[in-house]
Amino acid sequence: MQHLDIILAMNHISKSFPGVKALDDVSFHVRRGTVHALMGENGAGKSTLMKCLFGIYSLDAGEILFDGKPVHFHNPKDALNAGISMIHQELQPIPYRSIAENLWVGRYPSKKILGLFSIVDHKLMRTKSLELLKKVHLKVNPNTALKELSVSQIQSIEIAKAISYESKVIIMDEPTSSLTLQEVEQLFEIINNLRNLGVSIIYISHKMEEILRISDEVTIMRDGKYIGTWASKELTMEKIIKNMVGRELTNLYPPKTNVPGDISLKVKDFTSTNHRSFRNINFDVRKGEILGIGGLVGAQRTELVEGLFGLRAIEKGEISLHGRKLNIKSPRDAIAKGIALVTEDRRGNGIFGVLSVRDNVAVASLNDFVDFHFKLNNRKLNKLAEENIKKLRIKTPNTRTRIASLSGGNQQKVIISRWLAVEPDVFILDEPTRGIDVGAKYEIYSIMIDLAKQGKTIIMISSEMPELLGVSDRIMVMCEGRLSGILDKEEANQEKIMELATKYM
Amino acid sequence: MNKVLNLLKKSDIKSTLIDNAMYVILLTILVVVSILRPVFLSPNNLTNIMMNASIRIIIALGVSGALITRGTDLSAGRIVGVGAVIGGTLLQRPDYAAKFFPQLGDMPVFGILLLAITVTALLGLINGLVISFLHVPPFIATLGMQSIVYGLSLIYTKSQPIGGLKTDYTYLASGRIGPVPILIIIALIMMAIMWFLLNQTKFGKYIYAIGGNEAAAEVAGVNVIWTKIRVYVLAGLFYGLAGFLLAAKSGGATANYGIGYELEAIAACTIGGVSTAGGVGTVQGIVSGVLIFEMLKTSLQFLGVTPDLQYVAIGTVIVMAVAIDIRKYLTKK
Repeated sequence: MQHLDIILAMNHISKSFPGVKALDDVSFHVRRGTVHALMGENGAGKSTLMKCLFGIYSLDAGEILFDGKPVHFHNPKDALNAGISMIHQELQPIPYRSIAENLWVGRYPSKKILGLFSIVDHKLMRTKSLELLKKVHLKVNPNTALKELSVSQIQSIEIAKAISYESKVIIMDEPTSSLTLQEVEQLFEIINNLRNLGVSIIYISHKMEEILRISDEVTIMRDGKYIGTWASKELTMEKIIKNMVGRELTNLYPPKTNVPGDISLKVKDFTSTNHRSFRNINFDVRKGEILGIGGLVGAQRTELVEGLFGLRAIEKGEISLHGRKLNIKSPRDAIAKGIALVTEDRRGNGIFGVLSVRDNVAVASLNDFVDFHFKLNNRKLNKLAEENIKKLRIKTPNTRTRIASLSGGNQQKVIISRWLAVEPDVFILDEPTRGIDVGAKYEIYSIMIDLAKQGKTIIMISSEMPELLGVSDRIMVMCEGRLSGILDKEEANQEKIMELATKYM
Repeated sequence: MNKVLNLLKKSDIKSTLIDNAMYVILLTILVVVSILRPVFLSPNNLTNIMMNASIRIIIALGVSGALITRGTDLSAGRIVGVGAVIGGTLLQRPDYAAKFFPQLGDMPVFGILLLAITVTALLGLINGLVISFLHVPPFIATLGMQSIVYGLSLIYTKSQPIGGLKTDYTYLASGRIGPVPILIIIALIMMAIMWFLLNQTKFGKYIYAIGGNEAAAEVAGVNVIWTKIRVYVLAGLFYGLAGFLLAAKSGGATANYGIGYELEAIAACTIGGVSTAGGVGTVQGIVSGVLIFEMLKTSLQFLGVTPDLQYVAIGTVIVMAVAIDIRKYLTKK
């Protein structure tokens, strides 16, 4: 039965991708004039649900009712015109153009001259912009270039844009992730005003304190399933955590045969030059140990390991390996000192898409394959690639195949091969199983455990709790750029990790 | 059943044609022109085309490194001019009346060649430094260099044409070893050198890696800055040699030598399959790109097309050739 006060109803939504059931019979109802929080771990299916709403993904099953009528949007523009808008976590403004142009891009107010040509009516655009800015409490000149504004102001511009489309539902994805406390208060004031005007807000966030304060209702998802909807008044942080993580470990992990030995890598007071990023990080890792790093999106875990690897500048801090202090200024230094990094963004800074599997394997270790100081030994390079293909069971037609044509799991194995070839002591893997099917995941876990068994030091960032618990010997948790705690395998569980991951929020 | 087989064969032929579009075009031009104008196939004419192509090939090989690393080099043509005027001014006949440096004695050809390529390599070095350390986009950095170099050449030559080159210099272009012109032999050597660098050295692998994904190259420990600098220095060396030979071939030089050659070289590389998206390109491709270009020019002359109309035809062929060639990447996506 549909209530009249339900503005948006998503009923029994299912969506599968090859090998994954991303959404499994999820229902989600938002009432008119309320703030409705949507919660769940990374990968719980929140983004997929929103993408289904906006027509970015097609539905396998289920229906969407907006204002009582079935709708089927083909793209975000459709949804926007119908009255549903989204404020993304990563705002996408046109930085060098004015506020007014950013507000009205694609639908500039126009006027006719000589009864023939349609031109942009700048005066009308300015007047309409001023009206909108007033609604979001911004006192700025609409001619200001957007790049002059703070993140919070740009966010308000986005909200103003949503208002100008007369949106009845506004979705905010982690809206406070880069705001100061004061800016958060301003945002909440705007949200309250919108709610009073009858607009519904879908508020996606990990920050429980905020959610308990601002929202009327909370829906929790887990593993692509709908867990439940509660009035915020009935909820506590403990109850939210329990519902978010309360699952059985269903994935299988290889037996942990590695035994941690002496301390190898020591990190002291590691602090980024960027004050919003990681700071005062202290930890050490042993030979033969797998240290998991957990945390939510924005915890600065990737930034930390990129700092260790020389990709990011640090303000202070010290790394030592086997008791020797390391001076790392670039990835080249890190590699020379025996540190390897499998990056999170495989396409962005991992693979060379147009190059062959062989060249992708060999690129970091070419120094070892040079005869007479300049000529590469192609026979040995081929052998290296062939050996790795066999050892890591990489599925590829041959060594000359372009890496871009392989599956994600096989690409990841090629990158691991690349680092195996430089024989590092410390292996850092950032989300090593992201976008990889279950079978290949198991193989990558096996490789990691095997490396640890050979006495290598392994650091693995993961946003998947079962993976952290299944593979790590210890789990270090970060929150908002700070280290919030390190858990031993025996004491670690999902609730404790979640608690640490939200410690400083 | 037979129908299906036929269809398969058809699509097979089609994809083979598309995959080898460049060679198909080259062959078509050759066949059509040789039927219409049988003189085209005379050994004399073919040698002529190859000799013209030789210098273009050296320039195209030089610019290819920049293109593969997702850069470009608009100063190529003017740096060719520098090679030409250095050769021209320093290698005139001792008894030539209008000598540029009247006091200058007889200079060794090889010594002046070294001087010319040293100067042009330095110009390439400046390109590389500006691109790597000042982070000026290659398009702009080399556009600036284009103007600077041209101005310097004009100042150096006092805007005068230079003639009266000595015979052991011009012999580089007119001479033959056995039946093969020296010019073609030099081009073949440069092709071999570039092939070796690109395929058999770390430097070459790093060029492809940077072009394929610069961020990934950085993570993999490639010295991106140093590699890019070397790419532009190498390019300078190739341009210098090309310019030096160009003056020898024409028996003189002016600062205007090489103007516009960078665009021909970039077009030839692109026709030859060097991807503007970076990371892709082979010596074989570049050479066939240049050959197509030169064949086309000569064919149009043979067919009696007016010079004005030749520009139109050449432009059309460049765009069409690349449009056809790019299909093989589009379909494989």
